[in-house]
Amino acid sequence: MDLPFLWNTFVVLLGGLPLTLELAAISILAGCLLALAIAFLGSFAGPLGSGFASAYVFVFRGSPLLVQIFLIYYGLGQFRPTLQQIGLWPFLRDPFWCAALALTLNTAAYGSEIFRGGLRAVPAREVEAARACGMSGFLLLRRIIVPIALRQALPAYGNEIILMVKATALASIITLMEVTGLAQKLISETFRAVEVFVVAGAIYLALNFILTRIVLAVEHRLSPHLRDSRVREIDVRSAHA
Amino acid sequence: MPPALTDYFSLVGFGPGGWGAALLTATAMTLAVSVCGFAAGSALGALVAWAKLSRRRALRVLGDAYTTVLRGVPDLLVIYLFYFGGSAVLGSVAGIFGAGGFIGMPAFLTGMLAIGVVSAAYQAEVFRGAYRSVAKGELEAARAVGMRPWPMARRIVVPLVLRYAVPGLGNTWQLVLKESALISVTGLVELLRQSQIAAGSTRKPLDFYLTAVLLYLAITWVSTLLFRRAETRVSRGVRRAV
Repeated sequence: MDLPFLWNTFVVLLGGLPLTLELAAISILAGCLLALAIAFLGSFAGPLGSGFASAYVFVFRGSPLLVQIFLIYYGLGQFRPTLQQIGLWPFLRDPFWCAALALTLNTAAYGSEIFRGGLRAVPAREVEAARACGMSGFLLLRRIIVPIALRQALPAYGNEIILMVKATALASIITLMEVTGLAQKLISETFRAVEVFVVAGAIYLALNFILTRIVLAVEHRLSPHLRDSRVREIDVRSAHA
Repeated sequence: MPPALTDYFSLVGFGPGGWGAALLTATAMTLAVSVCGFAAGSALGALVAWAKLSRRRALRVLGDAYTTVLRGVPDLLVIYLFYFGGSAVLGSVAGIFGAGGFIGMPAFLTGMLAIGVVSAAYQAEVFRGAYRSVAKGELEAARAVGMRPWPMARRIVVPLVLRYAVPGLGNTWQLVLKESALISVTGLVELLRQSQIAAGSTRKPLDFYLTAVLLYLAITWVSTLLFRRAETRVSRGVRRAV
């Protein structure tokens, strides 16, 4: 075991971590908002809205993310004069913003399906009860529907966050030097694929471990009504084991 | 037909100067590497699922470690590991026989191995869940009539596990299909790589990447239909509660 090499690799790869985190954070936040919009469109905007939502989901889940990245990064160059006119060119020339855009559009497709499931899981009785109290419109949405739907969707959304962190690796193919980009460079220089893989893999695993803990903590916070009851889920599980 | 559309069709069509044949060959390559990788992943995944269900602690820990690592690490890293790692091994083997220099790992083999190893982690979870859904009584009955392990696996366990595993395997297949696009970094001329080549030589990236998206969507759509049929087939004779 060549410890100095492993340590050196770790230091080099850590240099890519800020970029990985930036890409993941931007695309997860923007993707989450877009996913909510699409889920609402699909659930409340009639046949036209749900048609658009399902077409969006089909296209972005059915084709590889890397193709989507290429389509945006290289493909939109064909419209360069138009894009320059409307002032979007400085963004779409930059690999960082292209990768962020592709990741956002991609995660929004998966996220909207998760949120749609959450919305469908809101019990009709609770909505009826709220209406009976005279609640309606935005207040009903904010106080009853969204909290219940979010709580339902969170575990699945945690998986999507992990997948996004892994997906940022694809940005290395359009020249961004995040963790995987640096790892690829290091491997092709030293040909010590296994060692570099171990270090890079450990960085991603640590990152994902922290993220799953955060999601668990949020889940705990969002479900106080499940915490205090006498009959605990944990007891049921340990009885089975 | 508007001229833009005519231009597009002559670009991706089968006439002189059209890239249609090349794109279709590349689509076949995408399918070939995906199917081979998926099959390798099924074999390895069944093994990993068996380890995770084993009574021996060491095997369970090993299986858990495998699925945790391979599901938590970007696929691209695994591809680099096999591509550069495999080339390094090949190079040192060739060194023993006196040959020098860089010997590249065959791209198809790299792709198949990388897809196989990653999809095995996902398939193992699918198989494990499916095995746990198999009613204990069925296995006991098979043992009670004196079935030996191999006939029992072939005639009882595999058909029953498949019944529960097909929907999950459909998801894994979609993952594999999309992962196969990453194999283009090793130079294998599959659909994405071929689109890159065509885009570069015609300077029409949008047309070709859009075509690639359409071809991927076509494959996805057809495979969804096929998996739905497979699901009907493996669950024939089952009465649905819900």
